[in-house]
Amino acid sequence: MGLLTKKDAGLILDPLADNNPITIQVLGICSALAITAELEASVVMAISVIFVLGVGNVVISLMRNIIPSKIRIIVQLIVVATLVIIVDQVLKAFAYELSKTLGAFVGLIITNCIIMGRFEAFALANGPWKSFLDGIGNALGYGVILILVGFFRELLGSGTLFGVPVLGDPIEKTGLYATGYENNGFMIIPPAALIVVGIIIWVQRSRNPALVEEN
Amino acid sequence: MGLNTDKNSYTVIFAAVMVIIVGAILASFASGLSTRIKENERFEKQQNILYAMGVSENTADSPGSVNRIPTDKVEGEFTSFIKEQLIIDDKGKITKDDNAYLIDLKKELAAKKKGMPYKLPLFIGEKDAKKFYVLPMYGKGLWDAISGFISLDDTMTVQGVYFDHKGETPGLGANIKMRYFMDDFEGETIMKGTQYAGIAVAKGNNDPLNNTKDDNEVDALAGATITGNGVAAMIKESVNLYKDYLETIRVK
Repeated sequence: MGLLTKKDAGLILDPLADNNPITIQVLGICSALAITAELEASVVMAISVIFVLGVGNVVISLMRNIIPSKIRIIVQLIVVATLVIIVDQVLKAFAYELSKTLGAFVGLIITNCIIMGRFEAFALANGPWKSFLDGIGNALGYGVILILVGFFRELLGSGTLFGVPVLGDPIEKTGLYATGYENNGFMIIPPAALIVVGIIIWVQRSRNPALVEEN
Repeated sequence: MGLNTDKNSYTVIFAAVMVIIVGAILASFASGLSTRIKENERFEKQQNILYAMGVSENTADSPGSVNRIPTDKVEGEFTSFIKEQLIIDDKGKITKDDNAYLIDLKKELAAKKKGMPYKLPLFIGEKDAKKFYVLPMYGKGLWDAISGFISLDDTMTVQGVYFDHKGETPGLGANIKMRYFMDDFEGETIMKGTQYAGIAVAKGNNDPLNNTKDDNEVDALAGATITGNGVAAMIKESVNLYKDYLETIRVK
């Protein structure tokens, strides 16, 4: 890779698999449970977090030498909240429909522990470019899991993907439903996300035993 | 850096400066964009009122999606379909006002609660020589406010609804603005005998296809009990708010 050194590429690629924020660090679980009933919501959330974490990491990294350590958490919170509100306002003015979809996520982005976690663990100790890559990488790792979970929950719970029916019509009994298949209502509720995330963690660890903790 | 970031005085100064900077940034964004945002909100209100009375771009080949009148056309459509806009005040006095749709129902309901004077907007639309009475609604969902419009004919049969929400859970409560939920309300009656009963969002009504139109019930959304109850409460509160007026137009 010409643009990125090997170490820089690692910052982006590691969180996608072996250091995934959700499945390995177990951060950001709350929003992974809350909004993955639909694929579309998962995608919107993933994009929002990529933006906020990428830019936020850079801002925090630029300020890292002047932030008083006593109030650093508050400063981080203010940075995230400001970014999210600015995005929301700009969307409201120029892409009103999209901002309506995003409305519910604003609070969830601010409280996402991945964002605070990366500010605290990485951006406070590294330069802006590295922090930017780390932010994008972690947000992508988060987004991948979110989209995976959203895919299975929407498919099995509602029989649709992005709101488009893919398994036939459950009321008219066409497609797969003609064979007696039913949507699983359990997949719509948040505990189902926990199970799907659990299965992903299981698959990942059985493929890579190095990830399993020693007791 | 020769800066001692651990000193208390530095911490206080840093916090103060940061608050000023962030405040300035946010304030300039808010005031710079406010005219555009207000305009968008105004168009949306018009779109929603029209949608509730069945003026939309929903077509047979897009059965699942909500297609409101586009924002660039909505102003003209609104003036051509909405024949009268009324304001009903707390004493029951009715006045005409062409900007009634700009009334913020949330504020009026708050004033009513405090016992202060309030005014309620009501829209009379006409489509295919049929009259539609469109009422605004405002209520509580699970996380935040829900709102919407409901249109009735003179037999108190629902002609259409539009629901909106501020922050209901995507995939669960947020589905109140989906076609399959909103369409269920069409043809339902809000009357139970002479009572303004509204329409309950019921889990056990054994009628998922919504064939029974006179049971004051529609099928609930799975996993969204509180949002659904909020919708039912909102409809009931709203029709009772306009009860006196509706009594004068109802065909008995």
